[in-house]
Amino acid sequence: MPQGDYIELHRKRNGYRHDHFERKRKKEAREVHKRSAIAQKALGIKGKMFAKKRYAEKALLKRTLAMHEESTNRRKVDDDVHDGAVPAYLLDRENTARAKVLSNTIKQKRKEKAGKWEVPLPKVRPVAEDEMFKVIRTGKRKTKQWKRMVTKATFVGPGFTRKPPKYERFIRPSGLRFNKAHVTHPELKCTFNLEIIGVKKNPNGPMYTSLGVMTKGTIIEVNVSELGLVTPAGKVVWGKYAQVTNNPENDGCINAVLLV
Amino acid sequence: MEMELDAETQLKNVMCQLSDPEGTHLGPPMYLPQNAGPHQLQQIVNKLLNNEEKLPYAFYISDQELVVPLETFLEKKKVSVEKALSIVYQPQAIFRIRSVNRCSATIAGHGEAVLSVSFSPDGKQLASGSGDTTVRLWDLNTQTPLFTCTGHKNWVLCIAWSPDGKHLASGSKAGEIQTWDPLTGKPSGNPLVGHRKWITGISWESVHLNSPCRRFVSSSKDGDARIWDISLRRCIVLSGHTLAVTCVKWGGDGVIYTGSQDCTIKVWETSQGKLIRELKGHGHWVNSLALSTEYVLRTGAYDHTGKVYSSPDEMKKVALERYKKMIGNSPERLVSGSDDFTMFLWEPSISKHPKTRMTGHQQLVNHVYFSPDGQWVASASFDKSVKLWNGVTGKFVAVFRGHVGPVYQISWSADSRLLLSGSKDSTLKVWDIRTKKLKQDLPGHADEVFSVDWSPDGEKVASGGKDQVLKLWMG
Repeated sequence: MPQGDYIELHRKRNGYRHDHFERKRKKEAREVHKRSAIAQKALGIKGKMFAKKRYAEKALLKRTLAMHEESTNRRKVDDDVHDGAVPAYLLDRENTARAKVLSNTIKQKRKEKAGKWEVPLPKVRPVAEDEMFKVIRTGKRKTKQWKRMVTKATFVGPGFTRKPPKYERFIRPSGLRFNKAHVTHPELKCTFNLEIIGVKKNPNGPMYTSLGVMTKGTIIEVNVSELGLVTPAGKVVWGKYAQVTNNPENDGCINAVLLV
Repeated sequence: MEMELDAETQLKNVMCQLSDPEGTHLGPPMYLPQNAGPHQLQQIVNKLLNNEEKLPYAFYISDQELVVPLETFLEKKKVSVEKALSIVYQPQAIFRIRSVNRCSATIAGHGEAVLSVSFSPDGKQLASGSGDTTVRLWDLNTQTPLFTCTGHKNWVLCIAWSPDGKHLASGSKAGEIQTWDPLTGKPSGNPLVGHRKWITGISWESVHLNSPCRRFVSSSKDGDARIWDISLRRCIVLSGHTLAVTCVKWGGDGVIYTGSQDCTIKVWETSQGKLIRELKGHGHWVNSLALSTEYVLRTGAYDHTGKVYSSPDEMKKVALERYKKMIGNSPERLVSGSDDFTMFLWEPSISKHPKTRMTGHQQLVNHVYFSPDGQWVASASFDKSVKLWNGVTGKFVAVFRGHVGPVYQISWSADSRLLLSGSKDSTLKVWDIRTKKLKQDLPGHADEVFSVDWSPDGEKVASGGKDQVLKLWMG
């Protein structure tokens, strides 16, 4: 038998104490006063923590009350004309995120060729080389300084094998490698966790592009096949470009916005 | 020498039994030379049926079309010649409709998604209903907007032409129904109110039952169907379904079929709205119904010749003739497509049990449609495919794959040789029934295609979708 159950056992054998319920009632009645005393007394971080906890409790209470009230309330029928009309056969179905068709493939192609996009983040902070790379000293006496370590998030393709250390000029640390990005579709207003296909352009320079460095403002290509986008010709779109909107090396994740 | 030749020809003969799709034999079994092809068989059938003008026929041996001489077919398929070979002949349309292959016009006008498009029975007028609460009539000759009919309070979900082409009914999401005069674009009378929720379908009474047309039936989300009389402005309520009615059809023999989300199909009598029969079988919502005579009922007296009828009585007579010819001596067949991924083939006038269960789709069946000659059933499903079934037996015939999104709507060409499908992937595709292949891919919409219609005269195809434009396609 567990040791903590002696009270239950005693109650089972002898019943409740003669004044149990009265004590309980009084204790409960005293509780609010006690609480208020604490609320008034608590200072600093403790006060903050208490207030936050109390706030959450009250919010939950209100929500529960509103939920119970809702079933009895009579609301006015919603007669307004809404946007996003759908035919009768789709009215009863759950609306999943509805994909858009690419606005214009030709425009997209032209942009790709010029390497220019109208992007949400047109200007980026230039990243200096000594911020991007850390010099690794090598050699027995650590006198050689030709080796660099990338200090930013990188994308490394799935087929990548490291060169032998002797020839490896750039080290891309595995802790900063990413192969997925949180991509937001600006029109659907929803975010998907999509696989990265490649780094298309790093605004800081072509070398960073080829290294696959992802800093804020970098254009990456992501796999959008699960979004169900289609081209005007009715084919499924596979890869689309997105721009990184956060500082991945600080945040530990990549947030991006899809370019449509 | 003579004997030898005789024996040789004897060997090359095969015992054949010709029969029509319903299985009625045409004449006794006969010996046919093995080098006879479809052309020769056609001559025989025309002779045996005493057809004055020669009609084209297609021949099927155990559901496979015969396109080569019998000999080659027998060799290829290794068919036994021990017993009489059963050849099924099916009459083909005597006219041929050209496939559409280009977009002839993109007409902007609607301010919201186009939810339904429909050609008038004579194929000379076109109407569309949209999410901007208007019904628009379009001028097909100049391909410009003709009338904008305002009056609805919410999205116009469905529109339907009366089979004589004199009226247009439209139902909205607010539950009211409005009839319009297609010649002026003005509403004829006040809106018909009664439904408490949105309208899911409208179907007119056939012109061979009542001419001029004045009655139609509407189904609604609130679980009722209502028969409206536009001249008396009265309605009969058909209540009995416990959930939303998704589809309604006015049958050719004067009964109404309703399919509902409560998994049943109900058959109603039209004068008092009494329930005649209940067809049970589906395990989930019934989404769509199709009648074998649907196309004839829709087009009424109008056929491919483009004849114009002056008086309603004449129209009625012609329509009745066409209906009789179409239905032959077999009962009306009904196909229902459902959310349980299956379809049922019923003969509601004979039995309340399904004739066949048609399985194969991997997602819900959104739309089913009988071909104009009643030989085929096509079904559009959310599993991105269109399937073709035998319209008499319900056997699976072919699958058309090619869409990359759910297929929303399908439409047949008037000669039953081509099938059109519109999909969420923003394209329309035309499928060839004979080769069972994609005939034409029609990209052009910038977003989902909600509604397609092939005009009864075969000239044009209209489609509308979420990109708010109406597109006309031509051959």
